[in-house]
Amino acid sequence: MRPADLLRFNGRLLTGQWFRTLMTLLATAVGVAAVLLLTGLGEGARRFVLNEFNLLGSDVLIMLPGRKETSGGIPPLTGEGTRDLTLADARAVESLPGIASVAPLVVGLTQVEAEGRNRELMVVGTNQRFFQMRQLEMEQGRPLPAMRLDRAEAVCVIGAEVRHSLFGQAPVLGRWLRTADRRCRVIGVMAERGVSLGTDMSESVIIPVASAQQLFNTEGLFRLFIQVRHPSLIESTKPQILQLIQARHQGERDVTLITQDSLLGVFDDILKLLTLSVGAIAAISLIVAGILIMNITLISVTQRTSEIGLLKALGASENEVHRLFLSEALMMALLGSALGVGTGYALLGAAHWMWPEFPVSVPLWALLGAIALALGVALVFAWLPARKAARLPPVLALKGLTHAQS
Amino acid sequence: MIRLEQLNKVYQLGGEPVQALDHVDLSIDAGEYLSVMGPSGSGKSTLLNMLGLLDTPDSGRYWLDEREMTALSEEGRAAERNRHIGFVFQAYHLIDRLSARENIELPLVLNGTAPAERKPAVGALLERLGLSHHADHLPHQLSGGQRQRVAIARAVIRKPRLLLADEPTGNLDSHSGRDVIELLEELNAEGITLVMVTHDASMGARAHRRLWMQDGCLLKDERHAPG
Repeated sequence: MRPADLLRFNGRLLTGQWFRTLMTLLATAVGVAAVLLLTGLGEGARRFVLNEFNLLGSDVLIMLPGRKETSGGIPPLTGEGTRDLTLADARAVESLPGIASVAPLVVGLTQVEAEGRNRELMVVGTNQRFFQMRQLEMEQGRPLPAMRLDRAEAVCVIGAEVRHSLFGQAPVLGRWLRTADRRCRVIGVMAERGVSLGTDMSESVIIPVASAQQLFNTEGLFRLFIQVRHPSLIESTKPQILQLIQARHQGERDVTLITQDSLLGVFDDILKLLTLSVGAIAAISLIVAGILIMNITLISVTQRTSEIGLLKALGASENEVHRLFLSEALMMALLGSALGVGTGYALLGAAHWMWPEFPVSVPLWALLGAIALALGVALVFAWLPARKAARLPPVLALKGLTHAQS
Repeated sequence: MIRLEQLNKVYQLGGEPVQALDHVDLSIDAGEYLSVMGPSGSGKSTLLNMLGLLDTPDSGRYWLDEREMTALSEEGRAAERNRHIGFVFQAYHLIDRLSARENIELPLVLNGTAPAERKPAVGALLERLGLSHHADHLPHQLSGGQRQRVAIARAVIRKPRLLLADEPTGNLDSHSGRDVIELLEELNAEGITLVMVTHDASMGARAHRRLWMQDGCLLKDERHAPG
């Protein structure tokens, strides 16, 4: 049989039983679309998280008070050190060769009041370097000015959300703000940037680190961001920093250094695994579709028993009958996959339209894998019924019998 | 043209062995018109299936055109059926979703003939059998007689040497039955070898050579000029 004739013959069959065909197409399409959708979202989540962490820059080290094992497993994100990390430590680190800048971080929640309005907000104490390391852009005004780390100047930079909730539409630069018992003057408003590193900067107030230490009555730093002069210096600088801290902390190496790459690596691994597993779960629906295809092929064989006998009488060999039924299943799987790919991409496109900041993209392996699986499943599950059809003895088949009967 | 030698076939029916063909010897010349008659279960359909290569004997040999069919594989038999043998069935066995034209060209489609070659062959045959107006009709839109004519057209589209008919008029009224028989006889007159199984004694009597079967054996082999 010529391929074109085979296509036409199967086409007649599929359109002739359109409801049956439609259901099979739907089952395959749902399976393929589910794989694309879930892997697309998983991959989107991975990229989203990686992007967020990338903002930190590959030349930045994060120092946490307290010693944690970082080999394998998730690096600690909560620092509970025994010995405080102090501003003196920060200055000492900054004076090491190869270090470009450091940004200390003191964080706490406190009541913030302005214009008679009161909010509980996150107050972040840091220095001007922090703005550049975290790529925080200003909507108006300027970031914290350069000053000595221990100077507690009464200035602050506020997030876009803080500005709206406390000041509304009123001009804000130069106005005063009260954080707990201390007053500070607003010198800048940060541009809206959403959530970064799990922290929504638009809902925080940034003040000089020394002011925050007084406000929260603490010497210890929550974090110390350390920027080296070049990403290639990261690995060689790490032991130097650790030695320095050890010397300053009476021989105790009680800090943990995390690089962006180690964070990224762990998250990348987790999210890849997540994408793979949701993809695999979706693939189960393709197997279900395969069982449906098997049933439908079996029904088709039973319904078309006498037709099989006829085709054999007209000169179709066993192989040809086998091929006929397999190609029917394959055609359905192919059409269903095409439908599923279309639907999957349409849904992902819709998702991207609704949440433009969320990157959705289907990994190529998932696309090819889903189609290959759909075709493979159809082939495997149609194989047995097709062979059953091929082996029907023509005499009995012409009488419409699938088994010898009396 | 056809030579059967000690052809034997036993079926298991409900656990009981049934001797469908009991060491049958038979030879048929090219162009013969032969009817096979006998009661149900006498083995006449089995004989037809053996001749048509739809069934294989337990023992014995079968030569068609001096070639031994019993030595062929399934693939070889399929090719032989396609090339040299035409079948006409009592129940027509047309494919419901295909038009008359498509049903007729099915043997050509199966052997991979190009559409450009198929079209004139099918057209000529439709014309000849007076089915031109029904070429695009589906089987359920045709009368029984027309359906059987389509089935005959399908059987002879590859110009086979042997035409096997199993109760070709069994489902037809006497008028369309006579039409169908006349068509088959016309084809026979053009040289095709016609073997027809029938219950109907008056139909069977029209054949030039008549076989009677019982319990898998040839009971009687009678020849006379057409009357």
